[in-house]
Parts: sequence; C-alpha cells; structure tokens
Amino acid sequence: MATTLDQTIAQKRRTLGAAVLANQTFWVLLAVVLACIFLSFATDSFATSKNLYNITRNATFVAIIALGMTLVIITGGIDLSVGSVLCLCSMVLAVVMHSGYSIEVGIAASVATALLIGAFNGLLIAYVGFPPFVVTLGMLSIARSLAMVASNNTVVFQFGPDHDKLLALGGGAWLFGIANPVIYMIALTLLTGFVLRWTRLGRYIYAIGGNEQAATATGIPVRPIKVGVYMISALSAGVAGIVQTGWLGAVTTNIGAGMELQVIAATVIGGANLAGGTGTALGALVGAALIEVIRNSLGLLGINAFWQGTFIGGATILAVLFDRIRNFRQSE
Amino acid sequence: MATLEITNISKHFGAIQAVSDVSLSLEAGEVVGLMGDNGAGKSTLVKMIAGNFRPSQGTMRLNGSEIVLHRPIEARQHGIEIVHQDLALCNNLSAAANVFLGRELRRGFGPFRVLDYKAMYRRAGEIFRELRSETRPRDLVRQMSGGQRQAVAIARTMISEAKIVLMDEPTAAISVRQVAEVLHLIRGLRDRGIAVVLISHRMPDVFDVADRVVVMRRGRKVADKPISQTSPEEVTGLITGAIERG
Repeated sequence: MATTLDQTIAQKRRTLGAAVLANQTFWVLLAVVLACIFLSFATDSFATSKNLYNITRNATFVAIIALGMTLVIITGGIDLSVGSVLCLCSMVLAVVMHSGYSIEVGIAASVATALLIGAFNGLLIAYVGFPPFVVTLGMLSIARSLAMVASNNTVVFQFGPDHDKLLALGGGAWLFGIANPVIYMIALTLLTGFVLRWTRLGRYIYAIGGNEQAATATGIPVRPIKVGVYMISALSAGVAGIVQTGWLGAVTTNIGAGMELQVIAATVIGGANLAGGTGTALGALVGAALIEVIRNSLGLLGINAFWQGTFIGGATILAVLFDRIRNFRQSE
Repeated sequence: MATLEITNISKHFGAIQAVSDVSLSLEAGEVVGLMGDNGAGKSTLVKMIAGNFRPSQGTMRLNGSEIVLHRPIEARQHGIEIVHQDLALCNNLSAAANVFLGRELRRGFGPFRVLDYKAMYRRAGEIFRELRSETRPRDLVRQMSGGQRQAVAIARTMISEAKIVLMDEPTAAISVRQVAEVLHLIRGLRDRGIAVVLISHRMPDVFDVADRVVVMRRGRKVADKPISQTSPEEVTGLITGAIERG
C-alpha cells in the first residue's frame, strides 16, 4: 500500500452513506415509514388525521420513558420500576390536586416523588453495589403499592380547582394542532440527544457503559453519574405520568402496569444494547414509534388483538438479531 | 537532579511485607526495565508511585521536592501517568474519545460549552503521527489491533504532558509485529524526555528498549544496573535467586 502515515491517520472511518446503512435506527425508521405507506394504501382509516393524531400521542408515553431508560441502559443498567413509578407519580399528582392544591403544587410533588425514587434506586446501585435488576424490581413492587396506599386503591378523576388546566396540559394541542404530549416528546428527545452527543455528561455515560473501571480510573465521577441516570429515568416516568394523567383525565392504580417491558423493547428496537455502551435518543423515539405502528396497524387490518404481543416481541428479537449480525461483521 | 527520587520506601499489608526498603531514581528521558517474578513487589512499587497505595515508610521526591500521594488523580496532577495492563480503554468509544476521556476539549463560553470533536480529532491525529502509529482518531477502539490500543493508551499520557510514564506489561498479550510497534512507542516517549518505567516479564523487550534494569525479589531491590553491564542470563539468575545480588 502506497498510502502514507498521514493519509492513514486522516482517513475517515467510513463514508456518510456507509454510516447510515450500518445504523440500526435508520433501518427501524425505514420499517416505520414503509409500514405507514403500506397501511395508507391497504386501509382507509390509517392515513386519517384522527388516526395519525392517536398514533403519535399513544407512542409518546412509551417514548418519553424510553429516553430515560436509554441513559440507564447505556450505562449498562436497567430500570424495571418505570411503569410503577409512572403510576405512583400520576397518583401523587391526582391526590394532591384532588385535595384542593394548585396544579403547580401537584406537579412539584409528583416530580419530587420521581426524583426521590430515582435517587433511592441509584444510591443502592451505585454506592451499595446492588444489581440494578434487583433494586428496580423491588421498586416496581413498592411504587405500585404506595400508589394504592395513597389513593386507597380508588379511581381519581376530580382534580380540584385546576382540573381544567391539567386536562389542557395533557389533552390539548397548543401548537399547530399537534397534540401536547407529542411536543413534550420531541423537546425531550432533542434535549436527550444533545446531552448524549455534545456534553461531557453524555460522553461519560457512554464511557461508563463501555468500561466502568476505565471510567473510574480516568477520574470520571462514575457513581454520582449513575445515581443521576436513575433519577432521570424515574423523572421521565414521572413526566410521562403527569402528561398521561392530563390526557386520560383519570388515574387508576393499574396504569403503567407492564409498561417497563414495552419501554425496554422500544429502547432495544432503537439500537440500545443491554450490555451497555450503545443507544441513542432518536433510537428510543423510533423504537417507540414502531411498536405503536404495529399495534395500531393490527387493529386496522382486522387482525385479532391477541396477536399484538407476537408481533411486538418478534420485532424486538429481530432488532437484536440485526445487532448480532452487525457485530459479527465488525469482528471479522 | 533526578526526575523521581524514591528513598527507602516500604509497604506492608498487615503482616505481609510487599516492598522493603527500596530506593530508586529515574532520570528524564530514561527507560528503566523493572523485572521480577510474580509477587516480587513490582506492582506494589509502581502502585505507590502512581498513588494507588501509600507507602508505609520512605519518601518520594519529584524534581527535588517531596510529594505525598493519596489518590491516583494526585499522581496524575504531578505528571505521573500509568498505562495499565488491561489498558483501561472504552471499546465503544473512538480513539480520540479515549485519548481525551476525562479531559475533553470543549468550545463555547461560560456554562454553554459543547464537546469540540474537531479539535479532539485533530489533536489525537497529531499525537498518533508523532508516535508514528497508524491509528485513526475516529476508529472505535473495539476494531483496533493490540498495538493501536497501546498507542491510544500512550497517547492519553501525552496530552497531559506527563513526566513519568509507568507501563505495566505493555507487550504481554500482543503479536510479534505489535510488540515492535509498542517498543517503538516507548522510544518515542523517551525521546520526548519522559522517564519510562517498563514492567515486563519479557527479557528481549527489556534488553531491546531499556537503558537500565532494576530487578526485584521478595520485595527487595536486588540489582540496578545499566543494560550494557548485564546479560539476560544474569537477570534471570537474579529474578530466580540463583544469583543473590547484582
């Protein structure tokens, strides 16, 4: 080879086109787009503005939590408590507002609850060395039980003096007719994406997932960052809970049940690796979108709803298969 | 004046005497091979220099002034860098990201500062060029050869203007061609006036690149002589104890 050392060093890793083709998010996005095109022709009801409004709004709750989950998964952890945390935060908001406090107080209480739970998870995991699976599995049980205690296992649908404000927050469409939850989701995705790509915190989150010991050895504050990502994860569940409460207009103690699995599926479909070190904000969004499009389309195509799990599970496994093939090629 | 002057340093863990009464000096631009059998105290000695362990007794002087290291970060602040055997790299990050890990370059002002990818790629490229290593700053470490990984680990020490680089078995698990690359990197550090301590079991490497060899046995320094005045046979005898003292 007649290339000089300078040329070798200056060489780009690969062309832009190759980078896009090797990107899992791109393929999942392509799948979403193709599915949407197919469904627009195959059914009369898919491409209606009402249905698209529904899809985007339904996907947002999973997507918002998937953003927080992505950070946790990049560090090599897992947070199984998000579904229950969503329920508890919704319930705290509902109970506080129901007893006559303003929406600001309700949201503050709800956010504080989320941060407290996240800090509890994170401290046990980062400082005491508990496995994330066990701690957050415990919290899955605790948070839902606390939600039942807080509400005495009743349905709350009266939110006191600021009732209408809360419903507008979650159910309104303040900007160009786009559902509010979608706006929140896009804003949070941009924020998460920015932090991951452009800040030291983002770089450190990837470093912790890549090699925690190396990260510690270079002086990165590994443990505080790990506590931080669990707090962000719980916070994302809390935010989704607040928005969802406004959208549904009622809170029961079984909302968000099993949601953690959907969120993890969305994250993995979007390219995050449970072993840590990889994952993106856009991936979480696209993964959540794919799940919702699958769910929606099965209904529209007249396929029995019992098949939903099969299709979503299949998509998850397919995404991991793609990741395996790519790694196989890389290691050659 | 020696860059690093260690005087009568000892370390014990409970009843176990890991290092006893070792004195050692390092000059700028000098490569010292540190040899000894497993458990001879090489790693403990190096970890004291790197700030991982505090000596039970003895003093360390850096450029004439005494230093006491409580944590590895303090050693790094004094210009003492260690390249670990397992290299401590993040496989999922690029070469440049690893070089600058924990010391990222940023642009912007005040609290609004973002990572400066361009500057980090450029600077990492310059260092690899200086090391004459065919390592591309944008490549993921996962895809790199053992020699390139060493180059990344060594480049880490170079952005921090290290005065002393401690290398723990850098040639233990890599191919012959890559060994040559790594020895080349070590000479590069030496030419920049950096003092290098090379812990190695590999006799040919030490005799190839080191100016001086220090042999430890059972926590004591049993030999400290210029490479030109010793032989692999003598060093082997010193390591095993067949020769009492060099």
